Amino acid sequence: MANDLGISVRGLTKTYKSKANGDKIAVGGIDLEVKIGEIFAILGPNGAGKTTTVEILEGYRDRDGGEVKVLGQDPAKLGNDSWAWRNRIGIVLQSTNDSQDLSVHETVHHFANYYSNPRDPDSVIHDVGLDEKRDARIQSLSGGQRRRLDVALGIIGNPEILFLDEPTTGFDPEARRAFWDLIRKLRDEGTTILLTTHYLDEAEALADRVAVIVDGKIIEVSTPENLGGRNTAKARINWFENGARQEIESDFPTDEVAKLATRFGGEVPELTVIRPSLEDIYLKMIGQL
Amino acid sequence: MKPNTLKIGFLRGGLEIKQFMRQRESVVFTLLFPVVLLFIFGSVFKGEVGPSGVTFSQYFLAGMIASGLVNTGFQQLAIMIPIERDFGTLKRLRGTPISPVSYFIGKMIMVFTAMVVQVSALLVFGIIFFGLNLPVSFEKWVRFIWLILLGSICSAILGIAFSAVPKNGRGASAVVSPIVIILQFFSGVFFVFSDLPSWMQQFAALFPLKWLTQGMRSVFLPEDFATQEVAGNWEVSKIAIYLIIWSVVGTILALRSFKWSDK
Repeated sequence: MANDLGISVRGLTKTYKSKANGDKIAVGGIDLEVKIGEIFAILGPNGAGKTTTVEILEGYRDRDGGEVKVLGQDPAKLGNDSWAWRNRIGIVLQSTNDSQDLSVHETVHHFANYYSNPRDPDSVIHDVGLDEKRDARIQSLSGGQRRRLDVALGIIGNPEILFLDEPTTGFDPEARRAFWDLIRKLRDEGTTILLTTHYLDEAEALADRVAVIVDGKIIEVSTPENLGGRNTAKARINWFENGARQEIESDFPTDEVAKLATRFGGEVPELTVIRPSLEDIYLKMIGQL
Repeated sequence: MKPNTLKIGFLRGGLEIKQFMRQRESVVFTLLFPVVLLFIFGSVFKGEVGPSGVTFSQYFLAGMIASGLVNTGFQQLAIMIPIERDFGTLKRLRGTPISPVSYFIGKMIMVFTAMVVQVSALLVFGIIFFGLNLPVSFEKWVRFIWLILLGSICSAILGIAFSAVPKNGRGASAVVSPIVIILQFFSGVFFVFSDLPSWMQQFAALFPLKWLTQGMRSVFLPEDFATQEVAGNWEVSKIAIYLIIWSVVGTILALRSFKWSDK
């Protein structure tokens, strides 16, 4: 395996067996490569297999088939030096509700003890924007603050790879912006980040590369700009003529608009020219448009 | 360099105690409930047990101290660990480099602290209101200390092992508490053990609580009360053997069954 890969996955499969509901294929053969230093997003609707995939990479779940390497090690075969591997990764789980009776400061300082080379707890608290809540009990934090504490505990060990599972679910817009800035800052400091999200704008804002996952399969891996052929997609030109809306698709919209302008001898009634938005493309990809 | 397992265990112990102290209900329950029980039983049953001048409240107090080991160890952990599993505490820890051993050391420290607090409260209350006599001989104090140590270790290990049984945190108390209460009835806490039907005695003898109550009676009741016991003596070495066997069995079960998450 190339040394610049933080994570590599080949042919990963996982089926949940259930007598009551029948077997459910959660992951149906996934290939992934995450380079050191990038932010990689796994984007997909709820139930697509994002969390299952990430929890296999984090060492929480067994897999049925395929090869997985995270920082050069198979998370299912860690053996006695599992601590050394966990020492190099950081995990932000989907939802937690623990340590209600401790303060932010106590919790972050305590978790720093688990790692051989932790970050400074006070500066981590500062970085996630919890300075004011330093001495507050965890049970008094808002959802967004709680999530930022989760991130603080995820990065306290100074990880080489940080896993973030749907980190901003339930955030208000301002909190999301602040959170995104924090994630970019971590990337700029050299942390490799694997993020799952069902928010398209989050993948677009953060990710260097995006994998779209639907029904346990990756249907595309691309940069956000090129996702779904967005950069080369035809533009739609739309105007009003003969009592109805007219629409054409074109690779050369400027030419078409010039022709229309000539025909109308000036202003084209109700003219619009649109490129498909990332959201249009995404919804089309996951089969909901 | 790998962080020290023992040191982290002690740090976790400190953290666990801090959390315990901040949950007012748990402190009140641990401290007050046994004392209230002692007060009720001590007030209702005023008679003596056997011909040695032992009052029922003295007999009951010995049983309550033994119960204290089961409450703070077995009962507390078997209820608390499933709740921690629900809350994601265990899953989060699993994702860090912490050794499971450190987690268990932390739990043991917390259990031991709660137990010392509960037993001290019972002793103080018993001395002031029910004329409890502390042991005078050195030998009995030594026995008291090893009973406390071995008893709380055994109890905590069994609590960790049993924590795999409740399906979730909400139901844990409903599964665990009846077991403890039934064992208390069968093991000579609420009733005088030698008065119980023999099938009940034999059933109770399979479990550690019966041996702990007998051990505590041997510490707190006069030496000649031993003749009132079912075996006619304290069976001190048998007590130790039973507690050690249960500790070993509990460790094996805990290693096999412990679950970090419910998935």
